Amino acid sequence: MIETKPLYKPQDFKSDQEIRWCAGCGDIAIINAVQKAMAEMDIKKENYAVISGIGCSSRFPYYMSTYGFHSIHGRAGAIASGAKTANRKLSVWQITGDGDALAIGGNHFIHEVRRNVDLNVILFNNQIYGLTKGQYSPTSKFGQVTKTSPYGTVEQPFHPGELVIGAQGKFFARGVDANVKLNIEIFKEAENHRGTSVVEVLQNCVIFNHGAYAYLTDREHKEDRQIILRHGEKMIFGKEKNKGLVLDGFKLKVVTIGQDGYTEDDILVHDAHEKDPSLHLALINMRYPDFPVALGVIRAVSEHTYDERVEAQIEEVKANAKIKSVDELLHSGNTWEVK
Amino acid sequence: MSEKIVKELDRVVIKFSGDSGDGMQLTGMQFSDTSALIGNDIATFPDYPAEIRAPQGTVGGVSGFQLHFGHMEVYTPGDYADVLVAMNPAALKANMKWVKSGGTIIVDIDTFTPKNLKKAGCMDDPLKDKKFGDFHIIEAPISSLTLETLKDSGLDKKSILRSKNMFALGIVYYLFHRPLDYTEKFFEKKFAKVPEIVEANKKVLRAGYNFADTIEALPSYRVEPAKIEKGTYRNISGNIATAWGLLAAAEKANLQLFIGSYPITPATDILQELAARKDLGVKSFQAEDEIAGICTAIGASFSGSMAVTTTSGPGLALKSEAIGLAVITELPLVIVDVQRGGPSTGLPTKTEQSDLLQALYGRNGESPLPVIAASSPSDCFNYAFEASRIALEHMTPVILLTDGYIANGSEPWRIPSMKDMPEIHPPIAKPNDENYQPYKRDAENLVRQWAIAGTEGLEHTIGGLEKMDVTGTVSYVPENHEIMTNLREGKVEKIANDIPDLQIIGDEDADVCMIGWGGTYGHLVSTMKSLQEEGKKVALVHFNYIRPLPKNTEEVLAKFKKRIVCELNLGQFVKYLRMSLPQFEYEQYNKVQGLPFTVSELKEAVLKVMEEK
Repeated sequence: MIETKPLYKPQDFKSDQEIRWCAGCGDIAIINAVQKAMAEMDIKKENYAVISGIGCSSRFPYYMSTYGFHSIHGRAGAIASGAKTANRKLSVWQITGDGDALAIGGNHFIHEVRRNVDLNVILFNNQIYGLTKGQYSPTSKFGQVTKTSPYGTVEQPFHPGELVIGAQGKFFARGVDANVKLNIEIFKEAENHRGTSVVEVLQNCVIFNHGAYAYLTDREHKEDRQIILRHGEKMIFGKEKNKGLVLDGFKLKVVTIGQDGYTEDDILVHDAHEKDPSLHLALINMRYPDFPVALGVIRAVSEHTYDERVEAQIEEVKANAKIKSVDELLHSGNTWEVK
Repeated sequence: MSEKIVKELDRVVIKFSGDSGDGMQLTGMQFSDTSALIGNDIATFPDYPAEIRAPQGTVGGVSGFQLHFGHMEVYTPGDYADVLVAMNPAALKANMKWVKSGGTIIVDIDTFTPKNLKKAGCMDDPLKDKKFGDFHIIEAPISSLTLETLKDSGLDKKSILRSKNMFALGIVYYLFHRPLDYTEKFFEKKFAKVPEIVEANKKVLRAGYNFADTIEALPSYRVEPAKIEKGTYRNISGNIATAWGLLAAAEKANLQLFIGSYPITPATDILQELAARKDLGVKSFQAEDEIAGICTAIGASFSGSMAVTTTSGPGLALKSEAIGLAVITELPLVIVDVQRGGPSTGLPTKTEQSDLLQALYGRNGESPLPVIAASSPSDCFNYAFEASRIALEHMTPVILLTDGYIANGSEPWRIPSMKDMPEIHPPIAKPNDENYQPYKRDAENLVRQWAIAGTEGLEHTIGGLEKMDVTGTVSYVPENHEIMTNLREGKVEKIANDIPDLQIIGDEDADVCMIGWGGTYGHLVSTMKSLQEEGKKVALVHFNYIRPLPKNTEEVLAKFKKRIVCELNLGQFVKYLRMSLPQFEYEQYNKVQGLPFTVSELKEAVLKVMEEK
């Protein structure tokens, strides 16, 4: 086997534009992870297209040195779907936020997932509108006080993973902004997966929703409150690596290895490739304090992609076609001569 | 054989009408195809309700197909019918005011029952009304004779009655000396797998023909073939012509055609036709909504396809924001708007020209783009090609306006040869061009280059934020925004150097010129010819390029003392002319009934202007 040198270094993906996100913004860690992941993949730089909507996170393409498209609010999914379907050699990365993807762009989001266009969607979920300075979003917690909910919201939030499963999604992963190493791993898996790969990154907005995920990410507790799932590995977590997930009837249950008769053998093994989404949905819906929050690639099921099927259908029709040029089309069907 | 009266006619208008499930569109198409094959010039106009199954037997549920054919040039489907086929009382009620005095009305007399008359809202049987009018009425027992003809066929009553339209067609074929073989072959092909259906339809068609032959003193008409240019012809509707014009442009530009659209009446046929053109490599994307339709197309343009989205008025409204994105990113994109009656859902199946100002100005910010319009069904091919050429060569979204009337109407079309169509040269940037900058422009036409995503060495980001001149990076500099606004405006104005001059049709030395744009051409030119036949001097100035206007527009309009702008709206183009060329005075004639003009009303309007001092 020939050792191939990496094509690029992470800085090759940085543009000359000064980053204008707030100091300490989770977006900065995420873009670093994307650039590192891209440098580790065997894709030519000109074949990356990074397409965003509107919002803080959607400024992302300006800071990349790849092809980029900063589009309009909510529509990145549709633009990305068109770009990929039309030109399959591109590796298309859609950058979006909880407002962009799940409020104004909700319709496009569910339909791109349903179609399974081969895209990598990074959904920055900070549970707030940042660019418009602090209004609640479709993922804000029930009762959250924001500028447009001064007495607390009275609506239930969306959970992106649930929407993905509901839209027949084939790939869903979850990361946390600060865990760059895990995010690199997830982004590479998202790229390698053919189809719409949705990666929800829990992202801290330092200005308008600071600490929204502190319960999950603070140094003291994170190992007990997160579980990192990897395909084929046991669902074990905790500081002492002694906690795990088992099935109790149809429900997940947290157990301690060595207590109540549970041994390591009883702990579930993560199967991201399972077509039936039931267990994946249960893992997606685990919430603090009853459960650890699941990170990593939760679901990755192989299926034909939309863009692939479009192309295959064209090839098939072309192979048996009677009409092979516009001239032939114009003369097809009923015609007559005037002499 | 009894002696028949044969009338020689230059032109004939026939209208087939019945319930929306009676097969009137198919019947009309059969008659027009047969007439085209024997060499008549033709124009057709289908007129159907918005509901798929509107209440049967009611005036609201009447579906009609009007066709005009002749041995002279035919530009419109005609104002008034020489022959009306009415399959029930509602069809008669809805259409009798459109029959010429002395015309022939063929009714299915079996349907004139008290119940059906009530459904049609007729107090009394109009056929028995002495004041009904000066018509030649053929009371044909179409339903009962169809049942009789197929009584041994083994088909049930409902299936048998489905072919009664063929009985009516048989009668009309007889009246106009038309051969039956084209329609017979049509059935043989269409129902090749169900021979009993083929036989049933052929039998009923012949029964209708024979029925007409046996009626005494039935007038019969002869329309000689038209003198038309040599060549190979076909019938084509505006929507299919639009789809094919787009395909022709993609072939000439050597690009993949991508259509991102959402179904909407009356534009859906374009999406359907292009979805079927996988044989020519079209990528069609039926999106989740109008917005996604245009956005997928913008994405496809970014990644190097010739991108198209098709819609009608309400859809154009939804696409506005994304059109603005295409304007500021300066990506090629064709937006086809098949206009219908508005506002809101309005009259989905009826025609109007009321999206003009929306097309020109219906966006936030200073958002200029070229707007062009097609004149007739077959002309949609030319202007779909032109819209694509301008979009690709000038790196801009272009709105092509057609309308329900020319989109669904059809006419014979002399098939062009692709080798006679111009090549299209989009300004595609070359890989690793060190001098490439995203918003560097050609000095002549102000067009930027198209660096297609995937091109090595030209990586850059575009987007909806204002950008710095030349470099294309984000810029909030006040002076730069003004520069860029003027550049975008100037780029669209420069397209005037790349479009043909406006032509004067008719009498250049006339005092009065009629002015029109888009799909009203047929009615306007017929009006002009009709006035000329009466010895009047009159000219027609018809616009296909609306923004920018042709360079000689001022010079042309200055030749006339009076200008009457005729439009199917409240005066949108005349407003635009008053704004663009305020030195002239304009009269206007407007109609907003969801219907095309009639030549008679236009003549009256023009004569009035001629007579005014």
